[in-house]
Amino acid sequence: MTRLPKSLIIGAIITAIMVGAALLSRVWTPADPTGMNIVARLKPPGAAGLFGTDQIGRDVLSIIMAGAWTSLGIAVVATVIGGGIGTLLGVTAAAKGGRLERLVMSFNGVLFAFPPILSAILLGALLGPGALTSIIAIGIFMVPVFARVTRAAAIQIWARDYINAARMAGKGDARITMEHVLPNISAQIIVQLAIQTGLGILSEAGLSFLGMGVSPPTPSWGRMLSESQTFLDAAPHLVLAPGLAIAITVLGLNLLGDGLRDLTDPRRGQNG
Amino acid sequence: MAALLEVQNLSRHFGLGQGVVKALDDVSISLTKGEILGVVGESGSGKSTLARIVMGLDQPTSGRVIMDRQDLFDLSPRDLRKARRNFQMVFQDPYGSLDPRHRVGRIIAEPLHLDPRAPKGAARRDMVGKLLEDVGLSAADQDRHPHEFSGGQRQRIAVARALITKPRLLVADEATSALDLTVQKQILQLILDLRDEHGISVLFITHNIGVVDEICDTVAVMQNGRLVETGPARQVLDHPAQSYTRRLLAAEPRLDVIGRRSRR
Repeated sequence: MTRLPKSLIIGAIITAIMVGAALLSRVWTPADPTGMNIVARLKPPGAAGLFGTDQIGRDVLSIIMAGAWTSLGIAVVATVIGGGIGTLLGVTAAAKGGRLERLVMSFNGVLFAFPPILSAILLGALLGPGALTSIIAIGIFMVPVFARVTRAAAIQIWARDYINAARMAGKGDARITMEHVLPNISAQIIVQLAIQTGLGILSEAGLSFLGMGVSPPTPSWGRMLSESQTFLDAAPHLVLAPGLAIAITVLGLNLLGDGLRDLTDPRRGQNG
Repeated sequence: MAALLEVQNLSRHFGLGQGVVKALDDVSISLTKGEILGVVGESGSGKSTLARIVMGLDQPTSGRVIMDRQDLFDLSPRDLRKARRNFQMVFQDPYGSLDPRHRVGRIIAEPLHLDPRAPKGAARRDMVGKLLEDVGLSAADQDRHPHEFSGGQRQRIAVARALITKPRLLVADEATSALDLTVQKQILQLILDLRDEHGISVLFITHNIGVVDEICDTVAVMQNGRLVETGPARQVLDHPAQSYTRRLLAAEPRLDVIGRRSRR
């Protein structure tokens, strides 16, 4: 057994803690994340809860935990759906080549021109702000990223002789993609999923910061940031808590992605 | 005897107009049952393009490939699948020709996809196990992954895969070039045994004259996509008619380790 990369271990631990907090928030939080208590407002960390309380006396730790569920949930669903569509486009382009490939890649270029914020503004006008709008806007942003990465990886696999052997066994493009190409690029896809989920968290925070994400009272890290900026002097913990939550989660996912990449780097070890 | 494989006036051009590259230029060869034909030439002479077209992996610009009296490029997809059982290929690089994610048993059984009535389950396992033993490995090796094997063992696995549909023609594209000399000799012996036992014809593509000397009955010499000389191996190697063949022979380090096989 080779030694695991440090980034993988640290990234996996951080990610596990965040996912654990998100899941735990569904069954238990220290206090009700929506329960107001005007008397105990803007309390610093310590006496009134580990992370203190906010401007209307809600327990900050509880909101952070519930917000983890919102942020991770939206980021994961958007990345999986957008990544799935992008992967399908990428491997199809690699398999078919020619005109279809050029069409897919031009379509990608068009999608790539829409950052999540812009998509969210357009979609928000149609659907109104909310979780679905965030998922679609972030998902659209994921499609071209995955299409590029998987196309490049799949093209390399298509050049291998075991693909020629599969062709001589009478297998078609779709079957070869399922049986040979996807299993051999799965490592790259998993790495990309981890890193892009991190970007998804950032995008979700950005959208809810701008008021285009989930609506109150659903807890959200981005909205916590925007609501607490006016209390920066009186209660810096209100800004620090969601800020650190976002930064640490994204860092954890990036470390996890980098660690997985190092683990699957062919230069690291045996052939194949 | 009627030819098993007949390549007629085959050309394959890449590019258009001024920049056209004639990878194959009006090449004709034929191969009878049980014959081992060596195609030799330096890199870029068109040998691999010839192999790819004969295997149906590439389309010729013009010319025909007749396998068993059927024009390969006239067949319906269904008939092509059927015809494909009769010819299989062993590739040069035993590291690139086996899918690292699949177990050996699955790799070897892959060409059975061509035959809807091929045995499944336990019968298939037995079939694969027997083939592994035929190529000098053990039946239990089918549960292992390619990375657990050496280059020579991998090439044996590739040969086993090529044999599972009981083909009549085996195309070996530089199949021994990536292997060291002793392993090379074992694979060549394996191919000779297959010919002697099953009457398989072999199109042996190589840049290595020593290998031609070792196993080929006839030889075709290629240069820049054209066939420059063809004939019985002994005659071409001992009395080359073309200056290119003489230069190719002179450039070849003698493989005294392998030595010359006495011919019938």
